[in-house]
Amino acid sequence: MKKIEAIVRKTKFEEVRAALHEADIDFLSWWEVKGQGTARQGLIFRGIAYDVNSVARMYISFVVRDQNVEKSINAILESAYTGESGDGRIFVSDIGESIRIRTKDRGDESLYNK
Amino acid sequence: MKTKLRYTGLALLGLIAPTILFAQEAATVAAVATPEPTPYIDFGNTAWMIVATALVMLMTIPGLALFYGGLVRQKNVLNILMQCFILTAAITLEWVFFGYSNAFGSSTGALAPFIGGFDWAFLNGIGINDVSPYYISQATARIPHLLFVLFQCMFAVITPALIIGAYAERIKFKGFLIFSLLWAILVYNPVAHWVWSADGWLFKMGALDFAGGTVVHINAGIAALVMTLMIGSRRNYNNHPTAPHNIPLVVIGAALLWFGWFGFNAGSGLAADGLAISAFLATHVATATAAFTWAIIDWSINKKPTVIGICTGAVAGLVAITPAAGFVGVLGAVVIGIIVAVVCFFMVSVVKHKFGYDDSLDAFGVHGIGGILGALLTGFLATPAIQSSYSGLFYGNPKQLWIQLIATVTTVVFSGVMTFILFKIVDKMVGIRATQKEEIAGLDITQHNEMALNAD
Repeated sequence: MKKIEAIVRKTKFEEVRAALHEADIDFLSWWEVKGQGTARQGLIFRGIAYDVNSVARMYISFVVRDQNVEKSINAILESAYTGESGDGRIFVSDIGESIRIRTKDRGDESLYNK
Repeated sequence: MKTKLRYTGLALLGLIAPTILFAQEAATVAAVATPEPTPYIDFGNTAWMIVATALVMLMTIPGLALFYGGLVRQKNVLNILMQCFILTAAITLEWVFFGYSNAFGSSTGALAPFIGGFDWAFLNGIGINDVSPYYISQATARIPHLLFVLFQCMFAVITPALIIGAYAERIKFKGFLIFSLLWAILVYNPVAHWVWSADGWLFKMGALDFAGGTVVHINAGIAALVMTLMIGSRRNYNNHPTAPHNIPLVVIGAALLWFGWFGFNAGSGLAADGLAISAFLATHVATATAAFTWAIIDWSINKKPTVIGICTGAVAGLVAITPAAGFVGVLGAVVIGIIVAVVCFFMVSVVKHKFGYDDSLDAFGVHGIGGILGALLTGFLATPAIQSSYSGLFYGNPKQLWIQLIATVTTVVFSGVMTFILFKIVDKMVGIRATQKEEIAGLDITQHNEMALNAD
């Protein structure tokens, strides 16, 4: 089992969600984050344009079985891409155990939708 | 030759006009030649003025409080709200205890044109059915004296509150409170006396300030500039603004200010008559013009019109029309609206950054400059079509502009010097600038032990 985490643009988030749905990933969490990278966020205040210190992004996280890792990554890569600096990153890490709370299933069994 | 004669004649008229004004307006001194009907309390005028008084209070809380509050970072919003709220409470007491007496009462001797006495301390001697000694267009149909006291109280409250914008996010609460109280007593009350009291030297000179362009906006605006320069920039300012934490709050504040300002300006006629409506009209038109003009300038320069921009434009228009509201018509209002939007936009977006001072919420850029513009433009645009005794340069009375200039310059100098002195004294007493640690942690938690949003 692997945890897939991705930082994507807020403007691309709905597309990413739809793409993940197409790939049968329907159990995920997300939260709004501020961060820094190479991209710059410009705003206007009282007549002058300026850069804020941070950019706003969406952080997505979900766990999948090993055989679905490539499918998930491709879904995100296609839907989150714009070609401009600031598209984000995807991280994959190992997960030790996964348990569904309602049924007490463990392992791969817990990652099927029931 | 004909024009020279005309101007000389009008200059002479300008010289004796103050005497005529004085005879018309000074109700505390018996200087009238012909016997007039006894003044009485008119219920219609009184009803409106009660509402106007409440509207002006609305301008401070929550109007100004939210307008400023939304512009600062979240960790400092409660500090702004608290400053506005406590000033409403504290200045009211100061006003009722002795402030009104100092500002609008009479004293004897050499100080009489500069400050009043303590005859009306604790409103002693003012009965509930006493008629107001002050009136503008309605000599006989007046309001209760106590209502005039209350109306003016709200002006005394909002003036020190305007200065908050200059030192926002970096002032100690104790220093702020002591400074603001001393400023109200030693700067606001005298200037109000000069311009609005029948004994006041600027009033006798014929300075036109319908609702407080000089007394409120130039006064507070210059104090704001001095405070900004003396307290220094915010820690990580670097000529780089911080984003407002809640723009919807700013909009609510600006809308409440526009709404409440009708009480501020239309109420300054002290009656519910044609002059009040004229002031209402001029106020509304100038504000709409300034807001729209600012939005257009914002749009052209920054490719997108901003909400903060249009709100700032509206406030600038409100400030500039304040001294002129009872003296100009629609055309004058439009001219004032356009000019103030252009000048103040330039002030806050170019001049401020060129000189690098941190006037956090543009108290000087909007109130100071807007007030000065309004006061001077009144000298140009005052038209006898509104009030027949008053006219400006464009209507053949160049003397008025000169008088406006004197009023402006003396207020600028007095407010500037006094604010400088008060800063030094209060800084020595209790310290004014918050420490670096306090500034980083935020004033809400360090000055009030409170957090604005607690999602549980």
